[in-house]
Amino acid sequence: MAVSYVFLALFLVIIGYLVRFVYVDGDTYRNNAYNNKRLALLEDKYARGDIVAADGTVLATTNVDEDGTETRVYPLSEVFAHVVGYRYNGVTGLESLAGSYLLDSHENPALRIIESLRGIKTRGDTVQTTLDVGLQQAAYNALDGRSGAIVVMEPATGKVLAMVSEPDFDPNTLEDDWDWLVDEESDNSNLVNRATQGLYAPGSTFKVLTTLEFMREYPGSWQKFSFDCDSAYESGDEIIRCSHGIAHGEENITEAFAQSCNGAFANIGEQLSFAKFHALCQEAGFNRKTASRVPMAVSQFVLDNNNSEWKVLQTAIGQGETQMTPFLNCMIAAAVANDGKMMNPYLIESVLSRYGDKVASFGPETMTELMSKEEAAQIGAMMRAVVTDGTGDDAAGDGYKAYGKTGSAEINKDSDTHAWFIGYAEDDKDPSRKIAISVIVEQGGSGGSVAAPLAKKVFRAYFGE
Amino acid sequence: MTSLVLEYSRYLMLLIVLLYSVLNLYGLRSADVAWQNRLCRHQMFLVLLLQSLGYLIIYLKTEDLQLVIFYGAQVIVFLVYYILFGLVYRHGSRILISNMLMLAAIGLMFQTRLDPEYALRQFFFICVGLVATLLIPVIIRYMHILAKWGWLYAILGLGILIIVWRLGNTSYGAQLSIGIGGFALQPSEFIKILFVFFTGAMLQKSTSFKQVVITTILAAGHVLVLVASTDLGSALVYFVAYLFMLFVATHQPLYLGAGFGSGALAAVGAYHLFSHVRVRVQMWRDPFYDYDNKSRQIAQAMMAIGTGGWLGSGFYQGMPKLISLVRNDFVFAAICEELGVIFAICIVIIYLGFVLQMIWVSTWMSELFYKIVGFGLAVMVGFQVFLHIGGVTKLIPCTGITLPLISYGGSSILTTMIMIGIVEGLHLMKEKEAQELEHQRREDEEERYEQESRRRYEERRDRYPEEGRRDRYPEENRRNRYPEESEDFREVPVRTRKRPERERY
Repeated sequence: MAVSYVFLALFLVIIGYLVRFVYVDGDTYRNNAYNNKRLALLEDKYARGDIVAADGTVLATTNVDEDGTETRVYPLSEVFAHVVGYRYNGVTGLESLAGSYLLDSHENPALRIIESLRGIKTRGDTVQTTLDVGLQQAAYNALDGRSGAIVVMEPATGKVLAMVSEPDFDPNTLEDDWDWLVDEESDNSNLVNRATQGLYAPGSTFKVLTTLEFMREYPGSWQKFSFDCDSAYESGDEIIRCSHGIAHGEENITEAFAQSCNGAFANIGEQLSFAKFHALCQEAGFNRKTASRVPMAVSQFVLDNNNSEWKVLQTAIGQGETQMTPFLNCMIAAAVANDGKMMNPYLIESVLSRYGDKVASFGPETMTELMSKEEAAQIGAMMRAVVTDGTGDDAAGDGYKAYGKTGSAEINKDSDTHAWFIGYAEDDKDPSRKIAISVIVEQGGSGGSVAAPLAKKVFRAYFGE
Repeated sequence: MTSLVLEYSRYLMLLIVLLYSVLNLYGLRSADVAWQNRLCRHQMFLVLLLQSLGYLIIYLKTEDLQLVIFYGAQVIVFLVYYILFGLVYRHGSRILISNMLMLAAIGLMFQTRLDPEYALRQFFFICVGLVATLLIPVIIRYMHILAKWGWLYAILGLGILIIVWRLGNTSYGAQLSIGIGGFALQPSEFIKILFVFFTGAMLQKSTSFKQVVITTILAAGHVLVLVASTDLGSALVYFVAYLFMLFVATHQPLYLGAGFGSGALAAVGAYHLFSHVRVRVQMWRDPFYDYDNKSRQIAQAMMAIGTGGWLGSGFYQGMPKLISLVRNDFVFAAICEELGVIFAICIVIIYLGFVLQMIWVSTWMSELFYKIVGFGLAVMVGFQVFLHIGGVTKLIPCTGITLPLISYGGSSILTTMIMIGIVEGLHLMKEKEAQELEHQRREDEEERYEQESRRRYEERRDRYPEEGRRDRYPEENRRNRYPEESEDFREVPVRTRKRPERERY
């Protein structure tokens, strides 16, 4: 008889585990990226739910005709095109990221059964995003059709407030425009979200990490660093030139950072252990699939020890083979703004049932402590100098205090540089109110004169005119 | 229209299986076999209803008329078998039979949905198995010599296992099968039965320490050969079944403790020794760690169950084929995906009822050999179910083992059905015994009654000599005459374990 109790217990464990599985793990597995085939099947059962902005503005909704024909409507069309995404020949953006919530329903199960028995498709849940309509619109207007991307985040939480990529497309007419959009002869790649999928040489914006590594390797002496810039730094057979042939003269590290002196940073690069630098970059999110809740392409940092002189110099100033997404660059800027803590970014704030009940919500998660509070403050001070006395003065404006780093990433000899600006700003009245930003304008020219003014426009929109 | 039928049948199927499992548990409430057997008629009705719904959906999805014929054949075979079994074994345990048919029906439904060709083969094996369950009870009932061949079972079992280990075909990294006449036979399945008989026969002889040591060494030999063939699931089943059989035979919890202790040690050793064990554990910890290669199967199973949720995506409306080996080692995930976790829980309950019934039949046995055999078989089936379901749902690391009666696989199906046949044989023995006891008791009762009435008659005759003389047949009219005494004479219904059975069919 004891044996029968053993089996009773074993089988009860199985039943309990199955119940727990559905309650606790079910959604995690269901919403897994690998599960796309099964989720696609759910389109037959559910009418996709709405995607709304943080303030409730509808970004995507499903209209159902009397005869049951469904159309997906995107009221703010191009402005939110990439971040909201589309579902035609594939699913992208939030349509994909939140797909499992949009194709699931938490309304009364009895009602659902009745609906399904009457042959009516159940309406999926509503997904409320972290996106700020005003800010997104401002970023969209700032970029003004130039190829590039802008990402805006809240540093303390990791909320993505705006994400714009250009060139764009109209998700409402995607079916008609498709052939033109994917035309092989054009290399616009309108459908690609450059913010998360575009990989660019970071240029001088990378000096944030170079500086951090330098501070860590020379904790006693980094503040005494000085360099005499004559516009060209020679090391062996290699020469690193500062942009526009400017000679910065005698400078300390803050001045070198503010003026974005390539010579000084090439010199710093030579003093670094690239194995350690590699480890730092890995922690920052390079070379690996991160735990980020917003999927992005894997940024690359190729160097370790034993590299050619040229590669070392190039990498220290953000050229060479280093490639990163504007999104990751924004996360790094946000980490500086958040006392060194890198938050796990997120786009989905909560999931609401059809009647507005919150069925799931998501909050801030720390991804990693990229730097200590002191390190963050020191780098912050240098980034402040960039805006007050350096290359990024165009980002400054009334009502807020801006911090930043410009970058002008060379692609090749013939074309103009990619214009970068990463940084953050805090409210004059309430310094804890911050936003972090990453701007890139493809072949826009210099970061200071092209990208920084765009950041200013976004800051102004957020902190008031 | 089709989609509405699909929706309705989805909830109806759930309702049927819920009802069935409730009946199943209800049936365990009483040991009255006749009452249980009457209950099974309702269960059988539900089996046929579920099958009909399943094949209705299959037909709507495939519009393949051949499958309707296939369905018809199944219904006829199941019905004829059920009636035949009732006729041949009036006192058989029909709750085992209806559970077997239910599980086989669900299995056939799923195999048809996954690949009709395999379902057809499965059906063939089920038919063979059904015939076996009709023949085996008689063999068990009358061949008492079976209890004497301990060494023969050991030599045969170990010998075949070693041959398969050395010469078998390797599939999915394990040497499991051997080709005979076009069929890939999996001897480790059939040898389960030999193993149980071996243990029973050896321990029946004596449970002295020496005998226990000899038996344990031989049993360990079985398990080790299986481990060497990397058939970890079967090795575990043999191991656990042996420990329980030893416990039943000796009532010595020390053996059980020592067994599980050394088993745990062996598991740790295996983890460090064999890379394939480490891989399994790794997949259990993180089903996505090597998605593109090894762990895709378990990850897909997790996603299938998660997507199915409580109610499932509906029969024939999911994507179970994304899970590799779904028709045998992962069939439970397919059930969860399409029929939902509630349905799956009902299946667990059906298995529970099934195993408990097997255990209870064994507890009735008076001879140790049969007791051990019954327990061993019950533990094997029960533990195999636990390993399969636990592995598929990531409760425990996956061992790659079939789900009895539902998974595809001739050896597995036949073995499980033979096991059921054996337990029916045990049941038969016990029922015969019970009947004889019952008969004896009734005779005693009647005799006592007669003596009593004679005594009273004589008493009355002595007390009222006139009446006594008049009344020659006091039994016929005593109630009218002596109402005050009638209480003592009322025929109290004999409390029996068996009620008289009603008419059958």
